[in-house]
Amino acid sequence: MQFGLSESQEFLKDSARKFFAGECPSAEMRRLMETDTSYDAALWSKLTDQGYTGIIFPEAYGGVGLGKVELMLLMEEAGRALLPGPFFSTVVLAGSVLDAVASPAHKQKYLAPICRGEARSTVAILEANASWNARDVQLAASNGKLTGEKYFVSDAAVADFIIVVARNGVFVVNAKAPGLKISPMIAMDLTRKLYVVEFNNTPAEEIGVTTNLARAFDVATAALAAELVGGMQRTLDITVEYAKTRKQFGKPIGTFQAVQHQCADMYLETESSRSAVYYAGWALEENSPDAAIAVSIAKMYASDAARTVGNRGIQIHGGMGFTWENDVHLYYRRAKGSETAFGDATFHRECIASMVIDAGGVAAKSA
Amino acid sequence: MDLNLTSEELQFRDELRSWLAANVPKDWNEWREKPIEESFPYLRAWQRKLQEGRWAAVSWPKEYAGRSATLMQQALFWEEMARVEAPPMANSLGLGLIGPTIIAYGTEAQKQRYIPKILSAEEIWCQGFSEPNAGSDLAGLQTQAVLHDDHYIVNGQKVWTSYGWVGDWCELVVRTDPTAAKHKGLTVLLVDMKSPGVEVRPLRQMTGESEFNELFFRDVRVPVENVLGKVNDGWNVAMSTLMYERGSYGARLHLIFKRYITRLIELARNIQRNGRPASQDPIIRQKLAQCSAEIEIMRFNQMRAFSRLTATGVPGPEGSIQKIFWSELNQRLQQIAQEILGPYGQLLAGDPRAIDNGMWSYAYLRTRGNTIEAGTSEVQRNIIGHFVLGLPRSY
Repeated sequence: MQFGLSESQEFLKDSARKFFAGECPSAEMRRLMETDTSYDAALWSKLTDQGYTGIIFPEAYGGVGLGKVELMLLMEEAGRALLPGPFFSTVVLAGSVLDAVASPAHKQKYLAPICRGEARSTVAILEANASWNARDVQLAASNGKLTGEKYFVSDAAVADFIIVVARNGVFVVNAKAPGLKISPMIAMDLTRKLYVVEFNNTPAEEIGVTTNLARAFDVATAALAAELVGGMQRTLDITVEYAKTRKQFGKPIGTFQAVQHQCADMYLETESSRSAVYYAGWALEENSPDAAIAVSIAKMYASDAARTVGNRGIQIHGGMGFTWENDVHLYYRRAKGSETAFGDATFHRECIASMVIDAGGVAAKSA
Repeated sequence: MDLNLTSEELQFRDELRSWLAANVPKDWNEWREKPIEESFPYLRAWQRKLQEGRWAAVSWPKEYAGRSATLMQQALFWEEMARVEAPPMANSLGLGLIGPTIIAYGTEAQKQRYIPKILSAEEIWCQGFSEPNAGSDLAGLQTQAVLHDDHYIVNGQKVWTSYGWVGDWCELVVRTDPTAAKHKGLTVLLVDMKSPGVEVRPLRQMTGESEFNELFFRDVRVPVENVLGKVNDGWNVAMSTLMYERGSYGARLHLIFKRYITRLIELARNIQRNGRPASQDPIIRQKLAQCSAEIEIMRFNQMRAFSRLTATGVPGPEGSIQKIFWSELNQRLQQIAQEILGPYGQLLAGDPRAIDNGMWSYAYLRTRGNTIEAGTSEVQRNIIGHFVLGLPRSY
């Protein structure tokens, strides 16, 4: 058993870290977050050149064919850089849904352009009731047309096509389709914009059935948790650096146990989240019977931990932590958005409860 | 990353499994509730049996009758032992902490003299580290050893000594140079507990039992050949022992905690709360789920740490994460048990209405010690802050 990264996994993680540090440093991230969509075509083409837009998809559709653990590592590094724009929406979410539900022909039509970096996309799931339970979806297609609205749709304004989860199937709506209206929601996370998407007799192409969505959403959920881990690591690094240099009472504030122990807890929370995320990535890749619970464990723990790590990071920075210029609050904002996306900790605890209490225990695989 | 067991690991586990299936005592449940003074010969016999199968000290090098087991194999060993609910071994400190320290620092003569009897449980070992005025600040210890010809004369007091009452030998940390800086003047002595001047008293703890002892040393003569490692290098020797403590202890806990939570879920199904089983109460469900998840994360953390340590072979400051995680998790777990059991949670062993013969009330009290023993949570956080994150020392 080897619960560490292989050489090629270390290489991928390392090169992703260097890539994001070079192409999306804090100043660039801040520039993009101030734009309407946070999307930058030049950055997107560089992501494509790295193979990131096709990372986990089959080579037949122009993908790179790497595994879910590799996806977790890439998302961790994207999270560390607070990568703005539609990478999660397009590649992780829309890509995984297409991969899971679409026919080969639809994959050629929609997944391949994503892999090649030619298309941006997203998936519209939530409605006004904001419920992550699939049974609460109300929108239904009738005669190939959709009428209704979806909320909290990430990066919809830059999508070339939007994948829509309806009661009676999974559909693709072209961004130029008649009756489609996209309007921004003004939300906390400035780096991943949210939208209301309205359909009014809008033509939609059916690409698959909703029963196949679960595994795609598991991949997206675990990837969000991985992104949270990267954000936590960055928050920890910034905070420890600050605690070493900021002096009060004639000493670095990191000398004081009230500060030092909070840093230790940030480390414990970050590392524990990372362990849970890597395990979830592995379980998904192996199609392990405990994959669903492993994903819930990772998302549950990382959702709470990211908020707590952010709380501690801001507090340790003192007044500086409350300023706009310090990056910690930007990670904190992202953490809130990602905490609620695909179910917060409370939601996933109930998922876990239904698996370990009601089903009589689908516990994680023991050696 | 590959979480499947390697063929060597599978072979190790399967060999152990079949050995345990044939050899694990069937009557441990009749003994486990008895006072340890009564069951101790039983535990000695069990350790001897393990040693005959070469399973008593799997982490030790092959030349000392171990199996040179990797960290992952050690984890498998403790998992399998927990899985079959095997009794503990009588000489657990000798096998887990002191033996490895003697192997690392001892002279050839010391290894020949002590190691075989640690393995056979003929000589039980205890640790003389903490003192009434030296707990977290271990380096401030005051037990004094003065060289007199070919003997040290030892005077002082130790506290929180596990197995003191049955100990034949003690790994004792003493101050040999009172003029040196506090970490520099310490030496480790191997002390015969039957030496004149050694007195052992029980220390009654908040659970009512006496797992630990106080040791008193009055003009105790210890031959110079019983110095372990170098004179005045005792801090490094003692730290090596503590690293073994933090490194290996957590491995067996996953299955033990899982057994707790499984039983707790079973109880929650049968205890009524607001007109329905507690297992259907949304708040109880949230708490049970949180706990179940953390038990798994504890194991993921351990597996990652083992994989990382396999490269270096020696446990390091990462052990502090495990220590904080399992000890605080165990306290949360026991609190949830109390919430589920309600008024029954307080009933002690002996009360006919106590659930699981008072196991939960005992565990609730006993787990308060978890965040104190083997390095307090505060000390563990200092270790993470300073040695992992590179923050300045706070003390």
